[in-house]
Amino acid sequence: MSVAPPLLAVEGLTKSYGGIHAVRGVSFSLRSGEILALIGPNGAGKSTCFDMLNGQNTPDSGHVRLLGEETTGKKPRDIWRMGVGRTFQITATFATMTVRENVQVALISHGKQLFNLWGSAPDVDRAEAGRLLELVGMGGYADRPCGELAYGDLKRLELAVALANDPKLLLMDEPTAGMAPRERVELMRLTAQIAKEKSIGVLFTEHDMDVVFEHADRIIVLNRGTLIAEGSPAEVRGNPQVQAIYLGEGLLYEAGHREGASA
Amino acid sequence: MAFYVVQFLTGLASAASLFLVASGLSIIFGVTRIVNFAHGAFYMIGAYIAFTLTERFSGAFGFWGGVVAAALAVALIGVLVEMVLLRRIYHAPELFQLLGTFGLTLMVEDLVVLIWGPDDLVGRRAPGFKGAVDFFGQNIPSYDLFLIVLGPVVLGILWLLFQRTRWGVLVRAATQDRDMVAALGVNQKWLFTSVFAVGVFLAALGGALQIPRDAVHHAMDLRIIVEVFVVVVIGGLGSIVGAFVAAVLVSELNAFGILIFPKISIILVFLVMAVVLIVRPWGLFGKPEAAARKTPGLTVNPWRPLTSNERLASLAALVIAAMLPLFAGNYALTVGSEIAIFVIFAVSLHFLMSVGGLASFGHAAYFGLGAYGVAFLAKMAGLPMIVCLLLGPLLGCMGAAVFGFFAVQLSGVYFAMLTLAFAQIVWSIAFQWVSVTGGDNGILGVWPASWAASPSHFYWLALGVAALVTIALRIAVFSPFGYALRATRDSVLRSEAVGINAKRIQWTAFVIAGTTAGIGGALFAYLKGSVFPDNLGISLSVDALVMVLLGGVETVSGGVVGAIVYKALNIWLVSQTDLSKLVLGGFIVLIVVVFPKGIVGMLEILAQRRRKSSPPGSSLLAKPIESAE
Repeated sequence: MSVAPPLLAVEGLTKSYGGIHAVRGVSFSLRSGEILALIGPNGAGKSTCFDMLNGQNTPDSGHVRLLGEETTGKKPRDIWRMGVGRTFQITATFATMTVRENVQVALISHGKQLFNLWGSAPDVDRAEAGRLLELVGMGGYADRPCGELAYGDLKRLELAVALANDPKLLLMDEPTAGMAPRERVELMRLTAQIAKEKSIGVLFTEHDMDVVFEHADRIIVLNRGTLIAEGSPAEVRGNPQVQAIYLGEGLLYEAGHREGASA
Repeated sequence: MAFYVVQFLTGLASAASLFLVASGLSIIFGVTRIVNFAHGAFYMIGAYIAFTLTERFSGAFGFWGGVVAAALAVALIGVLVEMVLLRRIYHAPELFQLLGTFGLTLMVEDLVVLIWGPDDLVGRRAPGFKGAVDFFGQNIPSYDLFLIVLGPVVLGILWLLFQRTRWGVLVRAATQDRDMVAALGVNQKWLFTSVFAVGVFLAALGGALQIPRDAVHHAMDLRIIVEVFVVVVIGGLGSIVGAFVAAVLVSELNAFGILIFPKISIILVFLVMAVVLIVRPWGLFGKPEAAARKTPGLTVNPWRPLTSNERLASLAALVIAAMLPLFAGNYALTVGSEIAIFVIFAVSLHFLMSVGGLASFGHAAYFGLGAYGVAFLAKMAGLPMIVCLLLGPLLGCMGAAVFGFFAVQLSGVYFAMLTLAFAQIVWSIAFQWVSVTGGDNGILGVWPASWAASPSHFYWLALGVAALVTIALRIAVFSPFGYALRATRDSVLRSEAVGINAKRIQWTAFVIAGTTAGIGGALFAYLKGSVFPDNLGISLSVDALVMVLLGGVETVSGGVVGAIVYKALNIWLVSQTDLSKLVLGGFIVLIVVVFPKGIVGMLEILAQRRRKSSPPGSSLLAKPIESAE
């Protein structure tokens, strides 16, 4: 009897730049509807790891599988077509187009209408675009030029765009970076709600521990390229290694060095 | 053997001037991010002033002093230009800076004729370097040997300047991150001015030193600027060592190309440039540039299709334009036809540039290919006009398909340079492959069929095609493809993240634009009854850019309005004054400084202001074919 493959399975992901091992043998998996946080201090390898999942970077070795299908080596656009939506750490939107048009572009792409030269794009999937914008609370902004939006609204727009292809998996790189505290909570609450309703798996990196502990079902911790802890928020919070990294970093790091030197 | 060595040394000598000019352009670009089109003009003024000074003052001191004084004088002019013009446009999009400096070039071309006359001026020989050196029976001018030594010396001086002086450190820092340098409390204004002065000094020195080798004439600016573009692109924008190596490479290619491939010597250089850009898009010694981040808070009026009122107004304008033959003479109708053809040309580039964000500097290639396509079909195959008009543009389409494939691999300034190089390749073929294209003499006798022969019939044909093309491209702008193209322009990163193959979308847009330009070229061949290499030359490519920017690059109908205004003004000026370039150049500079949004952009702003004070629906000035949007 075969077991259905997990939504996302990462196995032995490794990447080094010159002599620096940015990511070393990272493995984890993610189920549909689960919200998984990837945390770690600066330089831990979060972004490198993330970029290997979304196709912007290729690993030296290791595998990434989406529902059993290999995604390593594929281009970002092909991974998107497999049902992966994503948001960026620094928002990437179509600045000269309106909010609705931003979503419509994603819908046009999803409907494989990209090379349609004759149709009237303003009418394409207009209702669907409106529905997605309502979903993220941006319904009132549909006709505003995207370049006018406040940063928090851009993040919400990105979420709407990321949902346009009915994704199975959402990859969110620091979704709340640069947002005001209240906006952070709202955005993550919204994301969690949508993920549960549509049974979408969510993987996000985050520096704000309040956001992480409140919304993640499970947490994985990276440090210097290796996975050092994995578990529920409570488990990770109690992990002494994680505490060392996040609480006593400077002190313990120096102490560790001194020990290493004297040994 | 000795012959080849001499040829090699001649190449090295030519490299000296080229290096001086190119390093100046490179330094200016590195710090100010301005691609200074007027660099060739400064080179030319340097040569002219040096000519005057060296004629006036005799002796060795008179000559060498004159050369240096000329370069210093031009540097002073450069400072003036920087302070009066460039300081106002540093924050404009890079294309505007190119356009502004191009306007300057036009003005200078007329000014030098006004001051020094239209004839070639042959300057005197350099004192102390009048003779030639015998080299195994071959003669090498001793002045060439002087230049061969001068190149590395200047490179050394520049190296010391940049490595060992405080100013040099600031320049290098600003080349990497000028905002950071400004944040550190450096007075950017004077840094930019001084850098510009040094760059212009080098250009003028390059021009002045050419006097003993070459006659001074009023078209030397365009010739050098194209070569200099090639040099800095091969070497890498912002790299002085790169400029030196590339200058030598280009000069040697020229020197030996003429021996080995006399038929395609011009192509050779551009072919090398194209290969370099494809293999190493940032040049041999350049560094890949971080993708320019879009200014946050950037707002553009959202594009929307015309309202029904505006459609009616456009239709009315078209009907009025169609009634021109009722009251205008043959000359006016010919002018009208030419304007209509340029509308086709401009909207094709506008589609690529405004919608796709791809500013082609060689769009005339596809216009000209369409024209040659018609000429081949009509003269060689003897096909009837209607067939030629339908098939001729296919040559433009094929050219765009091949060149566009490579061009869309790059973006920004490098895209512009590669398209320019491709256009020069096509031009060279038309110019040098005499047996097929007729070379400089072109192909004559491409006359329209009898049904289109009368000026009014031809006018209606051109107007009708222009209207159809404009409408079709407008539909494309608001089609799903148009949205996708705008998406790739705004953010390639986001486009790829929503499944869009950005390069393929851009390639398709390139082919559409090239084919459309070809349609314009096909009509142009019949209008003029002949085809010349000029139909795919640089100045025509620049015309197209000016038309788009003049109309407004951020608007949908900018191409149409820009073409009408620019072409009408151009034709009128040429008939009214001998100084048309001066007036036109001044006009372009004025537009860049005062109306950077173009004519349509300006009207939009006016309309918005009015809408706030008066009820909506009050229509704007009716413009032919399309109304503002």
